[in-house]
Amino acid sequence: MPQRNDDVTRRRFLRDGLWGACLAGIGGVAGFAAHKGQKVDWLWQIDPYKCTACGNCATHCVLEESAVKCTHVYGICGYCEICFGFFDPEPFDIHEGAENQMCPTGAILRKFVEEPYYEYTIDRPLCNGCGKCVKGCNAFGNGSLFLQVHHDRCENCNQCAIAAACPAQAFRRVPADQPYLLKSVDHV
Amino acid sequence: MVRPRPILVALAALLVVGVAALGLERFPPPEFETDYVRPTTTAPNPPQGVWEYVDAGVLAVTLVLATVLVLRTRNRKLIFTLMLFCLAYFGFFRDGCVCPIGAIQNVTLTAFDPGYAIPLAVLIFFALPLVFTLFFGRVFCGAVCPLGAIQDAVLIHPVRVPRWLESGLRLIAYLYLGAGVLFAAMGAMFIICRYDPFVGFFRLSGNWEILVFGGCLLLIGMFVGRPYCRFLCPYGVILRQLSRLSRWRVTITPTDCIQCRLCEDACPFGAIRKPTEPWPDKEYKVARRRLAFLLVLLPVLIGAGGWGGYELRQWLALVHPEVRLAQRIYLEENALVEGTTDASDAFRALGRSSDELYAAATQLRDRFGLGGTLLGAFVGCVIGGKLLTLSVKRRRADYEPDPASCLACGRCYAYCPKEHERLKRGREGLIRH
Ligand code: SF4
Ligand code: SF4
Ligand code: SF4
Ligand code: SF4
Ligand code: SF4
Repeated sequence: MPQRNDDVTRRRFLRDGLWGACLAGIGGVAGFAAHKGQKVDWLWQIDPYKCTACGNCATHCVLEESAVKCTHVYGICGYCEICFGFFDPEPFDIHEGAENQMCPTGAILRKFVEEPYYEYTIDRPLCNGCGKCVKGCNAFGNGSLFLQVHHDRCENCNQCAIAAACPAQAFRRVPADQPYLLKSVDHV
Repeated sequence: MVRPRPILVALAALLVVGVAALGLERFPPPEFETDYVRPTTTAPNPPQGVWEYVDAGVLAVTLVLATVLVLRTRNRKLIFTLMLFCLAYFGFFRDGCVCPIGAIQNVTLTAFDPGYAIPLAVLIFFALPLVFTLFFGRVFCGAVCPLGAIQDAVLIHPVRVPRWLESGLRLIAYLYLGAGVLFAAMGAMFIICRYDPFVGFFRLSGNWEILVFGGCLLLIGMFVGRPYCRFLCPYGVILRQLSRLSRWRVTITPTDCIQCRLCEDACPFGAIRKPTEPWPDKEYKVARRRLAFLLVLLPVLIGAGGWGGYELRQWLALVHPEVRLAQRIYLEENALVEGTTDASDAFRALGRSSDELYAAATQLRDRFGLGGTLLGAFVGCVIGGKLLTLSVKRRRADYEPDPASCLACGRCYAYCPKEHERLKRGREGLIRH
């Protein structure tokens, strides 16, 4: 049956052609992407100037304890005696008691420096990224407290679950060699 | 003389706006009299990027192993062991991220976003299983993919899914692939990762909706073999098509099939095809007419799909946060809704103009018009193509696995008497030498 054989060779030829085209296609995609060249990974980070401290960072991370934590740039801080990142807006007393504090986990330490200045430090393991202090500091203070994804904890999800939920679109991918978007300290 | 005053006023205004927007320097940072030094801000560095390359290496090795086990050793137990290892390593140890399935979106974003380029390790994850599939069939699915593995491990009592239902449900996977590519190209979201049903199990945490979804899939997976792989997996769709062309592939019988029919129901994924009967002449004519009709129908389906996708553009666009925001701001500005949302508050706090936002949203909607058309046309093409392949009968003399649907799990091998002969020969050979 010569005709049938013809048929078989034609089919085989077509198949081989398609096969080659697919291999070339994969090679093409790989070549194109490699040409654009990105050796380091991308990481998620929060643009602190966009974040409105909505609170999603504490609840939407895939981790039980969010990878987002408060960060303090001391150079911007006013060392305020009455810090609204630290104190509840209506404190019972200007006193470090937990009932006066904004932070639900007591993660902010307040330390006297000199009259009338106080230093505020974040106790990183305690912070859950709720952003309450950030909101207070931005509303009434200098905005030296802000949220950042802390990369020792972050899983670097291909799609950050908080980024998908962030109302301010404050998350963006940053190259791994510049992993933080800290507020700048141009006046120190 | 130039008028300095307006300039000064403008500058002062800018400063106030700027300071208000950034919340900076309401209180000038103090000059300390004591010798207090400001601590510097420290933030923990990301872990060194070696792990990604280790992962890529493990991927390559496990793929080679899987190929040998599936095509040469033909031993289900060893395949299963390798599969469990990959589940433990890629899934639980490396947290199931990044995987080739999600990498589809990274590749897409590389093509569409000038500011993004896929990291090398992710590119390897995307391309390597494709190349292996082109040569050896879906060995990646059989033993390496952690998502496939977690489903395979829970399969205890497979039930048969009718062919028509199987083909119908598989459409979801094509739609999912199309949507994943579309939303990645638009920079809206990586939906394939966002709704990955099993990554929550791998990390033993995650949001509960996804955990419930994953749990349901695993429950179903106890009776319907690998439901994610067969009906949802977007990467599986690509692998299907490539494995049709693969050089080597799974065969149930190591040598000639003797048509004992023992393997007929062996495959839990419905991948085994029976030998075909020759057609009566009468049916040939009907089939030819049906084929001609379907060939005409194909462009109609593509057109209809494209039109439908274009009509859906408004809804598709809503996945993009910018478009959602623009819609909300529009409603608020025209007093069509009461109150504000977190998103609209954030928008106002940034001081962007709403006209700029509307312009951006309009542009995005236009792009979604094109994207939706293409997505619809793609779906139409898939449906048309499926109808065509259903109506073309292939000649098959033996029982054989359909290369597209076979997940290279190796379960069917043990059912074939020829396989037992082979194993026996192997054992005798071992004894003799
Ligand atoms: S979700 Fe966005 S706006 Fe809300 S706290 Fe996190 S970064 Fe800020
Ligand atoms: S208030 Fe919230 S964000 Fe600020 S330190 Fe406490 S836990 Fe962290
Ligand atoms: S990338 Fe994942 S782990 Fe990191 S902050 Fe986002 S959700 Fe959390
Ligand atoms: S079909 Fe998808 S999920 Fe299933 S094994 Fe293959 S790549 Fe993994
Ligand atoms: S190897 Fe056999 S049992 Fe496994 S999927 Fe393929 S045909 Fe089905």
